Amino acid sequence: MSRNSWPLYEVFVRGKRGLNHVHVGSLHAADDEMAVRHARDLYTRRNEGVSIWVVKAADITASSPDEKDPFFAPSGDKVYRHPTFYEIPDDVPHM
Amino acid sequence: MNEKAVAYVLRLGDDALVAAQRMAALATWAPQLEEDVALANIALDLLGQARALLTYAGELEGQGRDEDLLAYRRDEHEFTSALLVEQPDTDFAATMVKLLFFSAYQRLLYEELSAGDDETLAAIAAKSVKEVAYHLSHACAWTVRLGDGTEESKRRMQTAVDELWPYTHELFASDSVWRGYGFDPAGLRERWLGIVEPVLAEATLERPVDDWAPTGGRDGLHTEHFGYLVGEMQSLHRAHEGVSW
Repeated sequence: MSRNSWPLYEVFVRGKRGLNHVHVGSLHAADDEMAVRHARDLYTRRNEGVSIWVVKAADITASSPDEKDPFFAPSGDKVYRHPTFYEIPDDVPHM
Repeated sequence: MNEKAVAYVLRLGDDALVAAQRMAALATWAPQLEEDVALANIALDLLGQARALLTYAGELEGQGRDEDLLAYRRDEHEFTSALLVEQPDTDFAATMVKLLFFSAYQRLLYEELSAGDDETLAAIAAKSVKEVAYHLSHACAWTVRLGDGTEESKRRMQTAVDELWPYTHELFASDSVWRGYGFDPAGLRERWLGIVEPVLAEATLERPVDDWAPTGGRDGLHTEHFGYLVGEMQSLHRAHEGVSW
């Protein structure tokens, strides 16, 4: 391993009562296992019952800010694309 | 007062205190920022254990000594920590090998104590055993990474293992204090080897032969490194006696 091979990782954490993993930050680590270890120290303070995902930043593909309009605009002004005309029943959680 | 109980709990507290002092001295000196945080984290765990254990030892003693008096107002020869934990951190390999040997020992001993008759000691041990399990897995990961790493990292790890191995015998050397209270760690050596040997093997490191086995720490007879450690740790308290902070 070369001296500089500490790639950047992105960290996602799901809290004890959290529903989904949330991006909380990034860190450098030598490999996946060390990344999880460090994420635990840096972002969870070792709370019991949390779940941590780490992923190499290089493995993430992001949408480009330049294409923002064509990429996201269709949903905004075309209300008929959204199922907003339905009443959500009370006993359906997490919507 | 149960003198054996006081001496027993003091040994555990002194181990944790001295290990914490050594580890804390590495803050900002780790090879990498994230590792720096991990080492500080371990130091804080150990200090927390030391505080609980020294406080309890003071209560058992009943002479009004609290954790601060026990940490800052005893002389070098009154500390009964094992010689292993006072060994200097000559490089990162030494730090990790020391942590491997010590946390494997702590884990086994705390596991036994958490099921023991002394409820306070059992509670402290139950809380601490989770922490030392993490310390141990951290040390195992680094031992394998460095032992089975580059030629240079392997050489350093083997040097650290060879130099620190003799001090591990003292952890399991029984005497009237160990036999007189809690759980006698003398019986833990085989299980300790069961943890440490496979890690060394996976790290492609040689397990040293059992030869020289220095002792003395439990009786307050320490190596030459210890006076400086205690002196630095206590300097502020001795310069400004009796103040609170």
